Amino acid sequence: MSEFLQQLLNGLSLGAIYALIALGYTMVYGVLRFINFAHSDVFMVGAFIGYYMGKLVPEGTLWGGLAVLGAAMIGCALLGMTIERLAYRPLRSAPTLNVLITAIGVSLLLEYTGQVFFGAAPRNFPAIFPVRNFSLGNVIISSNQVIVIVVSVVLMVVLQLIVYRTKIGTAMRAVSLNPKAAILMGVNNDVVISFTFGLGSALAAAGGILYALNYPSIDPLMGVMPGLKAFVAAILGGIGNIPGAALGGLILGTVETFVSGSQFSTYKDAIAFAILIIILLFRPAGLLGKFTVEKV
Amino acid sequence: MLTVTDLSVSYGAISALGGISFSIPQGSIVTLIGGNGAGKTTTLRTISGLLRAKTGKIEFLGEDITKLPAHKIVARGLSHVPEGRMIFSNLTVDENLAMGAYLLHDKELLAKNREYVFSVFPRLNERIKQMAGTLSGGEQQMLAIGRALMGSPKFLMLDEPSLGIAPRLISTIFEKIVEINRNHGITILLVEQNANLALEVSSSAYVLETGRIVMQGESKQLRTDPQLKATYLGG
Ligand SMILES: Nc1ncnc2c1ncn2[C@@H]1O[C@H](COP(=O)(O)OP(=O)(O)OP(=O)(O)O)[C@@H](O)[C@H]1O
Ligand SMILES: [Mg+2]
Repeated sequence: MSEFLQQLLNGLSLGAIYALIALGYTMVYGVLRFINFAHSDVFMVGAFIGYYMGKLVPEGTLWGGLAVLGAAMIGCALLGMTIERLAYRPLRSAPTLNVLITAIGVSLLLEYTGQVFFGAAPRNFPAIFPVRNFSLGNVIISSNQVIVIVVSVVLMVVLQLIVYRTKIGTAMRAVSLNPKAAILMGVNNDVVISFTFGLGSALAAAGGILYALNYPSIDPLMGVMPGLKAFVAAILGGIGNIPGAALGGLILGTVETFVSGSQFSTYKDAIAFAILIIILLFRPAGLLGKFTVEKV
Repeated sequence: MLTVTDLSVSYGAISALGGISFSIPQGSIVTLIGGNGAGKTTTLRTISGLLRAKTGKIEFLGEDITKLPAHKIVARGLSHVPEGRMIFSNLTVDENLAMGAYLLHDKELLAKNREYVFSVFPRLNERIKQMAGTLSGGEQQMLAIGRALMGSPKFLMLDEPSLGIAPRLISTIFEKIVEINRNHGITILLVEQNANLALEVSSSAYVLETGRIVMQGESKQLRTDPQLKATYLGG
């Protein structure tokens, strides 16, 4: 029993990180109908901003950790908005395939520029937050897990409030439902799209910091696998659906953790993708997605 | 209020409008009638900035708006209720109305506009928390018009408000259109295939055929025009 709880806790904290990344994929898909493959590299840049900022604050303090987290989120929000402005906006009326290929190009650009600047060798991520272990019976909770869960819950609640309670959030949903009608309301769609990239990238940065706290070896290609999993999570939840991305992330992280703790651990990635295929066979639009015909 | 001069628009190599001119005086209801594919929707979309003119000029309240981006045209007080309504189906009625007032920052004016919309369409008030996509066709049309009214427009363009609506509701919608014009002084450009109704509520009319204006005049006179009767008024 206690082993089950331990694994569940580990799984949920990994899943929360996937969820944070998945939200960015799903929000950008919502407003622009394409998969931003460079998103996983924004996650990596978030971890590196954390690495360098971590040197400027004393290790192991709560305020220092939060400051690093905030800096990475702001840095990546700016990065995401810049990528959108320079790479995607000029292609607004181009076919989706062109945009997808550009996104892969931006992804490679970030990965290899990262190798030039940071080197290809892994680095040790500093312990920016205080480290302690708490034990509840036989279940051990590390302070990093608490931070992962608290930070992701807070960010998801804030995101929910932005998307459902603010004017710009309503505009985001309107643009995603019908961009032409949104323009006719006086919405400047470029501003909304830029805001969406900023928001998604900030969440990816938070994901990058939280991931690096728990797997403290970072390198310029570190975004690839978690990015792929988060992408799967977004599809699993129903691409374009915000609660779906969060749910998909939690499910994927939990399943992956349980599989790696079992005798099938070498197949953990294969099993994650097998689940995706099975769920999509039964629910082609994802768990919370609605099946819609693409309007032209 | 609105002056369109020698406007032509094409989709790639296909010409949709071949140099049309018309003007709409302040406070009036003017109608643009014509059959399928005549270019009515194209005209409205070009005025509201969703499409770009190939040649010609569009002036609104004395200002050249031909090259202005669509969201800035709305900000000038020109509101377009598009063909097919284009309500936000997964937003509530309330949120749809809020989107209509996106550019409005005056809270008092916003509350006043809401009151006004509910006085014109009480049905919307009853459905305020409902998802817009679950409204009936007629209710969606009310919402589309109500949403446009939320932004305090000076000029309203309606693209086939009778499309896909039960005959019983069509007359209600048309009564409301006249009411909006009379009581609120909003100038209206009404696009219709239902020429009978459109000529009844409007003061003047333009007839569009394959991208050209082929007839124009006072609605009263056009109603009895033998040629128009034969083509558009069902004998
Ligand atoms: N996106 C488009 N691409 C190419 N051609 C188009 C496009 N939209 C409209 N057209 C063409 O332009 C012409 C005018 O179309 P428009 O939609 O303006 O007509 P309409 O008068 O509104 O017709 P209806 O009453 O059927 O709505 C038509 O010949 C149509 O086929
Ligand atoms: Mg039309």
